[in-house]
Amino acid sequence: MSSPASVPDRPAAELNLGEQVTINKPATTSDTRGGADSSVMIGMYDVQKHFGDLHVLKDINLQVPSGQVVVVLGPSGSGKSTLCRTINRLEPIDSGRIEIDGVELPAEGKALARLRADVGMVFQSFNLFAHKTILDNVTLGPIKVKGMRKAEADKLGMQLLERVGIASQRDKLPAQLSGGQQQRVAIARALAMQPKVMLFDEPTSALDPEMVQEVLDVMTSLAKEGMTMLVVTHEMGFARRAADRVLFMSDGEIVEDAEPDAFFDNPQSNRAKDFLGKILSH
Amino acid sequence: MDFSFLSDDRYDFLGAFWMNVQLTFWSAIGALILGTVLAAMRVSPVPLMRATSTVYVNVVRNIPLTVIIIMMSQVLYTQLGVQLATRGERGFLATNNFRLAVLGFVLYTACFVAEAIRSGINTVPPGQAEAARAIGLRFTQVLWLIVLPQAFRSVIAPLANVLIALIKNTTIASAIGVAEAALLMNTLVENEADKYMAVFLTIAVGFIILTLPVGLLLGWVAKKAAVKR
Repeated sequence: MSSPASVPDRPAAELNLGEQVTINKPATTSDTRGGADSSVMIGMYDVQKHFGDLHVLKDINLQVPSGQVVVVLGPSGSGKSTLCRTINRLEPIDSGRIEIDGVELPAEGKALARLRADVGMVFQSFNLFAHKTILDNVTLGPIKVKGMRKAEADKLGMQLLERVGIASQRDKLPAQLSGGQQQRVAIARALAMQPKVMLFDEPTSALDPEMVQEVLDVMTSLAKEGMTMLVVTHEMGFARRAADRVLFMSDGEIVEDAEPDAFFDNPQSNRAKDFLGKILSH
Repeated sequence: MDFSFLSDDRYDFLGAFWMNVQLTFWSAIGALILGTVLAAMRVSPVPLMRATSTVYVNVVRNIPLTVIIIMMSQVLYTQLGVQLATRGERGFLATNNFRLAVLGFVLYTACFVAEAIRSGINTVPPGQAEAARAIGLRFTQVLWLIVLPQAFRSVIAPLANVLIALIKNTTIASAIGVAEAALLMNTLVENEADKYMAVFLTIAVGFIILTLPVGLLLGWVAKKAAVKR
């Protein structure tokens, strides 16, 4: 292990997938909050965003070091999904700056497409390509974006499908799979691009309850392997277990920024206390 | 009713209908290509492309097809000297008129193809394009690999309507002398004035024979190709 042992419970291991599927190993570990000397994977500086009159992101300043797992919590309409979607510019911002691994997000065109390839995204509604088979969903990016040969991409795709436990469904269409299976394929599709960062936008919110765990298991193992992750979720258990850091958003602002235990056991703001009171009381 | 003209050597029914089939074939291919390009321009991020496509569709689809076809011959060929065949070759006029007619049908039908495909694009959930952008595909790749293949599957039935309309519209090529079924009908009406009913019935049945299988076949294909969500 190359990382200093400052975070003993988070070994910066590699995905056990053979050579070509190595997930970018964090150069430094990550218990510092935006410390200047750790490598910042996601950087957001004075970001503002409006939907018409609604100010959905207010003065967002956030640095996520490489290898950190950040969970974003907050009531609906607090801007947490929007925050997630601005990071690969699915939502453009009004002002401010967003950087991935030190590179500012380009406005449009090829440069933006190239940068998006480094940022994996998992959506609430899976968004698997409905007309393509499971394996083709996973291999499309490597073949069309990275120019990988089909045989090589198929090998990579099968390794990833095995990893998320659905290799046997490779020739089916997305609609033939359960929600949990579809979401695991979506994770494999994002991983196939060997991203530096993974964004999860409420990945379990559209799932039947019995399928939530299988998706969270995959995410937890990814987190353990040192992937930099930003997860918008309502799964408090996952936040406690897998996160290094919890952001609490309300009305477009980051209201709290703390370690999970500190946040859940001792929230500082009234808004966070109110939120936790509502979701943890039943 | 007297159908004796059917066996008259002066009237080449098969040849005339074959001309409609050829007009339809080339026009359909051209219209599908141009219509797809217009639909792609309509959803592109470049405002100038969107505007060009919108103006084109709204102008051309509102001009009567007869006017377009006669313009092809009178304006494009006679006045501007645009030739689509080699002068001096045997059958120059026939070939030139055929190609001018195809061009007219392509320009006109492409508008309806574009509108059908655009409505098909609207049926593809926005998440499909978002996911495609998120893995790093460029706009043209998103459109070509993800959006259009799904859009096409949902517009086969409306495109069948456009195709049936095109088959019948090819009769307008007679306005510039293309030897297709409607031109033959005009000849028959003059020569066989006592058999109007039989003449019209023959031509009408001929077109039903051409269009009916198209509708049935594409309706079946549409069901097979539908994207399951």
